[in-house]
Amino acid sequence: MADYNVKPRSRDTEIVRSTVWSAGPGCHGTCGVLAHIRKGKLVKIEGDPEHPWNQGRLCARCLAMTQYAYHPDRLTRPLKRTGERGEGKWQEISWDEAYDLIENRMGKIREAFGAESVVFSMGTGRDISSWLCMLAYAYGSPNVMFAMSGNACYSPRIAAVETVLGDYCVPDAAQWLERRYEDPKYRIPKCLVIWGYNIPNTCPDNIFGHWFIDLMKRGAEIICMDPRLTWFSSRAKHWLRLRPGTDGALAMGFLHVIIQEGLYDQRFVEKWTNAPFLVSKDTGKLLRASDITEDGSRENFVVWDSNGDKAVVWDSGKADYISSQPKAALKGTFSVELRDKSRIECRTVWDAFCEEVDKYPLERVEEITRVPKREIRAAARFYAESKPASIHWGLPIDSTPGITPTAQAITALWCLTGNLEIPGGNVVARNAFECVSYALPGAEGVIRLASKEADRKRISVDKYGPFRKFIWRAQTDTVLDQIFTGKPYPVKGLWMQTGNIIAGIGFEPKKWKEAFKKVDFIVAVDLFMTPTTQYADVILPAATFLEKDSVRSWWVPLQSINKAMSVEGCKSDLEINFELAKRFDPNLRWDSVEELFDDILKNSGMTYKELQEKVWALPPEGNSSAPYFRHEKGLLRKDGRPGFSTPSGKMEIYSSLREEWNLEPLPHYEEPPFTAVSRPDLAEKYPLILSTGRRSFAFFNAEHRNIPWLRELDPDPTVEIHPDTARSLGISDGEWVWVENWLDKQKFKAKLTIAVQPQMVMVAHGWWFPEEEGAEPSLFGAWKSNINQLIPMGSQGKDGLGSPLKNLLCKVYKVHA
Amino acid sequence: MKSMDNKKKKPEFGLLIDYEYCTGCHTCEVACAQEYTHKTGIRGIKVFEVEQTLPNGKEYLTYFPFPTEACLLCPHLTKEGFEPACVKHCMAACMKYGRIEDLAKEVGRKPRMVLWVPR
Ligand code: SF4
Ligand code: SF4
Ligand code: SF4
Repeated sequence: MADYNVKPRSRDTEIVRSTVWSAGPGCHGTCGVLAHIRKGKLVKIEGDPEHPWNQGRLCARCLAMTQYAYHPDRLTRPLKRTGERGEGKWQEISWDEAYDLIENRMGKIREAFGAESVVFSMGTGRDISSWLCMLAYAYGSPNVMFAMSGNACYSPRIAAVETVLGDYCVPDAAQWLERRYEDPKYRIPKCLVIWGYNIPNTCPDNIFGHWFIDLMKRGAEIICMDPRLTWFSSRAKHWLRLRPGTDGALAMGFLHVIIQEGLYDQRFVEKWTNAPFLVSKDTGKLLRASDITEDGSRENFVVWDSNGDKAVVWDSGKADYISSQPKAALKGTFSVELRDKSRIECRTVWDAFCEEVDKYPLERVEEITRVPKREIRAAARFYAESKPASIHWGLPIDSTPGITPTAQAITALWCLTGNLEIPGGNVVARNAFECVSYALPGAEGVIRLASKEADRKRISVDKYGPFRKFIWRAQTDTVLDQIFTGKPYPVKGLWMQTGNIIAGIGFEPKKWKEAFKKVDFIVAVDLFMTPTTQYADVILPAATFLEKDSVRSWWVPLQSINKAMSVEGCKSDLEINFELAKRFDPNLRWDSVEELFDDILKNSGMTYKELQEKVWALPPEGNSSAPYFRHEKGLLRKDGRPGFSTPSGKMEIYSSLREEWNLEPLPHYEEPPFTAVSRPDLAEKYPLILSTGRRSFAFFNAEHRNIPWLRELDPDPTVEIHPDTARSLGISDGEWVWVENWLDKQKFKAKLTIAVQPQMVMVAHGWWFPEEEGAEPSLFGAWKSNINQLIPMGSQGKDGLGSPLKNLLCKVYKVHA
Repeated sequence: MKSMDNKKKKPEFGLLIDYEYCTGCHTCEVACAQEYTHKTGIRGIKVFEVEQTLPNGKEYLTYFPFPTEACLLCPHLTKEGFEPACVKHCMAACMKYGRIEDLAKEVGRKPRMVLWVPR
């Protein structure tokens, strides 16, 4: 037996090396694990000490896998509904019967209404998204939906960064290097900004949360943006306790300090950003080569050469100036001759950017965020003067309709301070070896729709720019509307794969429940019966990550998930999706799953078999998916030239795409729609800030309430209330209280804690009670402590993104007055 | 009394915990539950949370992992040179198993350390 550096559970135990990526711990994974298998059964799981990602460590949720995999409530047979939807009456059927039924019903819908009238929905996604897309696309529907309002988890952040940078960035914790922190290329960040993130809990964004603790032990100091007291905020050098939802203003305040005090990297601004581009004072738009010469291209931009005192064209295609190298002016107003010989006044992007930033003096930022301006200034200086410095951000960035301008401001921070693509800074994250299975924002994968034509029918593709450019999903709020209106076409079928809309990811879930009842045919794929699966016509039992072979290329490393065991009756998401994809598309590109894997892995030069032997592989230096300084080396653009893969080839502090979409091109702050500032009328009735979505170390969103070792750690749905507020409301610790706003009221257990400030409460999400009756009206207790009932649908931003789930209003009162 | 004490085996091994870095992730608890297939309610180690406002007005959160009566120190692993299940998996890598006299030397290396001798 290979040496795994661990003790096998017993002499007859076989050890299988694999990779975590749900279902199981629920995270976005990547931990290396060793599964101890005896007589085909999992008897123990542990972290793989040889894996550079987790170095032997493993979280509580993954260590509870024996309870998860062999849970008595696991679904192990396909089920067909026999009663009314929600009545909880089911009949076991065989896989063949289930597939026949699905093929027949969905085939008829496709014939009568077109494939687009079936929506394929998922939750967090994980090792599901690719295969769900494969099924949807094989069926012919472009409508894959991440079921959260405003698609407000992670893809808005990714899309926003790609809008201005052409790629996404993550903090560099040496995850690309086998020797990690010991690699001589790497540098420990002097300053780590933890922006709205209690990251040790659940590693939600494909980052191992405890890396940041490793870095702190090695000298990194923390700036923490968080309204709540967390482990990080306790230990931060600067803790900025902002009002929920005001992250954008805080970021603008940081930019204000950095620009006013000249703390930015002048060379980076001039060479790599579009700061010198000219903006017409007339139209307020970027000046383009087509504005000044007959044969000029609309894609090309214009700068002012202060040596020759003339306008010079920037060739976006080449990411270089069209002729000689000008001395491009960064500041000033210039009179430029247009192609009709008239003249207009122009200023530089840099001037426009600085003017916007100037609107955020620290007095104003303090007023918006409630963070004392002295603290903002000190923290901004510390960030800008530390090299390297790195920013890691969490869900609060997506939790406002103003997500994109907020993310633009934060991206500008790490770019203007020269922390982009440097060791220990923020570095570009690409799929390992450029192996792309399905399209995450910005990337095209091997799994695609048959034609661009078919994508035109995607719900809301015509409405929102980012959905045309980066996000290959249907916009969720628009889907919900369309189910009720049937316009522009009816939604007749719903495929719901491991996403618990009613108890986890859907806002205003009672509306979703009504929507389910309007849809003709629903398939659910899950491991357990949930409040959501109750509305399906057919339920297919899925497998955990230990029961499947799969491949993962999302960032690094490139990894294989190796099947360690099986649970009789279950199939993996991939098997289910592949087998049905073949039924719906006889011309499917791949004959077997292994062929599909090999296709995905093509760019790595490895076959799936070869990768399985290694389990993980890191891209070598020089590969475009390995840092550093790739924009200088020409590794970010297809043509191999230095620069970025944005429309201009520059990092766009002024976004040309946003301008095209008729949205504000510059970063700025937008007050969320339901705060005491934007809705003083509502605040009179509902005086407390309602925030939700904080992570529990024991659960991943709506999962794990049925796992005894985990539930024991976090047994009840809680609302965190400051002791002073509780006292004024006559509420004592552990008492059940109502949390109410204009949408509904739900019951939670009061946890009196100084973690929240007196004007705010933090409510746990994802609660249902698997131990209770599953049929309506109980629905596993889904209507008792469901905070999503208080979060509105339809509050997405102007670009279809974001949702205000952390900055709403409510009141709290005793259940037994 | 003295003679009776002498008959008992003296403790040799312990757990050194740098609680400055303990994040309260509860991994140690579940690692132990898995290792010993403990029933619900039984843990070889429990993690407690202390939150308070310090005299300087700063709020602070501390976690304390505390080995219980059920902690056996994983002899089946340590005898063969492997770490106890909790130590191995600790997400913050803030636990250490070893001989008491060695750990006692280390406990003064930095503040916010605790040395437990469960058995
Ligand atoms: S939550 Fe974190 S520690 Fe747990 S399996 Fe996922 S990546 Fe690993
Ligand atoms: S040393 Fe072993 S027995 Fe003791 S708490 Fe840790 S895992 Fe449990
Ligand atoms: S595993 Fe480590 S960090 Fe987590 S609670 Fe236990 S001692 Fe603390």
